[in-house]
Amino acid sequence: MTDMSDMTSLQREPEVQLPAGPICLALRQADVRLGITGQVHALRGVDLRIGVGERVALVGSNGSGKSTLLRTLHGLVPLAAGSLARSPDLRVAMLFQRPYLMRLSVLNNIALGLWLQGVPRRSAVTLAREALQRVGMEDLAQRNARALSGGQLQRLALARAWVLRPSVWLLDEPTASLDPHAKHEVEALIADFCAQPEQQTPATLVFASHNLGQVKRLASRVIYLERGRLLVDLPVHEFFNPERLQAVCPGAHLFLQGESL
Amino acid sequence: MGQEAGEEWTAAAALQPALLKFDRLLRFMSTFSDSLTTAVGLITSGDPGLWAVVLRSLAVSATACAIACGLGLLAGARLATARFAGRGALLTLLNTSLAVPSVVVGLVVYLLLSRSGPLGFLGWLFSFQAMVVAQTLLVLPLVTALTRQVVEDAENSHGEQLRSLGAGNGLRAVLLAWDERYALLTVLLTAFGRAVSEVGAVMVVGGNIEGFTRVMTTAIALETSKGDLPLALGLGLVLLAVVLVLNALVSLLRRWGERAEGGSPVMVAA
Repeated sequence: MTDMSDMTSLQREPEVQLPAGPICLALRQADVRLGITGQVHALRGVDLRIGVGERVALVGSNGSGKSTLLRTLHGLVPLAAGSLARSPDLRVAMLFQRPYLMRLSVLNNIALGLWLQGVPRRSAVTLAREALQRVGMEDLAQRNARALSGGQLQRLALARAWVLRPSVWLLDEPTASLDPHAKHEVEALIADFCAQPEQQTPATLVFASHNLGQVKRLASRVIYLERGRLLVDLPVHEFFNPERLQAVCPGAHLFLQGESL
Repeated sequence: MGQEAGEEWTAAAALQPALLKFDRLLRFMSTFSDSLTTAVGLITSGDPGLWAVVLRSLAVSATACAIACGLGLLAGARLATARFAGRGALLTLLNTSLAVPSVVVGLVVYLLLSRSGPLGFLGWLFSFQAMVVAQTLLVLPLVTALTRQVVEDAENSHGEQLRSLGAGNGLRAVLLAWDERYALLTVLLTAFGRAVSEVGAVMVVGGNIEGFTRVMTTAIALETSKGDLPLALGLGLVLLAVVLVLNALVSLLRRWGERAEGGSPVMVAA
């Protein structure tokens, strides 16, 4: 039996947020199907435009399509329908919920990312050391990357992404399953990397999260997904305004109430 | 009196099957202990004939495995990350080739290398090279199929992350195979075990010629047919001992490798 509020939320068209500045990523009527025969309809008709320097949070229940949307924005998942447009010279880094690190030292794991981009080995190692310093892990340079703790693993993954100087960060639940201290450390690094004081414009951040406090701290815009549909796209202060959210999408309001418990 | 004798006979007859079973068990135990003694004797005596056969066996199987692994690791890893039309059919064929009997492989190689065959000009039939070719063809599908499985599992779990860093299909194949090197060591051991223990292919293309193409398995087959079971079983135990030593060496290599890398991978990134 389908909940009435679900039906309402599925039928309602989202209010589309248009970024004020130039757009770096745009999805138009994107459909994504997963599985061998495409039996899983992971994204349905998603329209989304993300501006340069924006901080967008993706929220929704498990299986709502947050991770698929991030992978689609990166270009890792092919579209079944619709289109993805990216501004030229965009450097996109993606951080996964459980980062994969090779059976190499911490230093070499970072250098590998650079080497894959064509940076010569010697320069790659120098840059990797710099990245390790930036995340406060220089003393662990020679340690086996797979023997690190969860927090160290995420910091290492962030360093590996940062060293490529991305202009867009796509993060899939970057602090899930971390203790509060590690969560705080990783969040501070994300904010610091995205601010990128050494560059003229801040980096664009799109991240999926179940942590509403984190959404409030890091995001300027919130997107709510349900069963592969984009149902809410609001500035962060409006998303956390119960009356406004109730008016826009009762389903999202219910979700928020559930998450806040 | 007569009745008593009859009862004794009946009792003895009832015991007979059990006695026969016991006798057979004793004979088996005796053969087995003879074999153990023979095996220990063979190993410790330093019999040059035996060691020539052992070394030939190892040389044939090691050469065949080296060639098959060189080709199979590359092909298997590449197949794991490549996507193309007909891939499913190719994998089905590959997996089916795992079940090809060694004697059939021997027969095919025999036909290829026989004087009237396409490779007859090489003059390799009944030689070391013929046995290497046969065993290479025997273990190549095994190495390819198992490598493909190991690397494809890694690709399914982590391939997307490597793609996000900019690794194409070919590079991913190499990186994931390198990362799964300890699992692939087991594949190599399996391949060597299959090569060194097979008898059909080497018998057909080698001919079991004493001092020339006789290897452990063909020697065991010969001794069994001659009825010298203790010697046959003894040779089998020597073969097992050789494989055991190799397994132990690989285990040590793995442990040493993990230690040298600065800690065992207790937290395997998913």
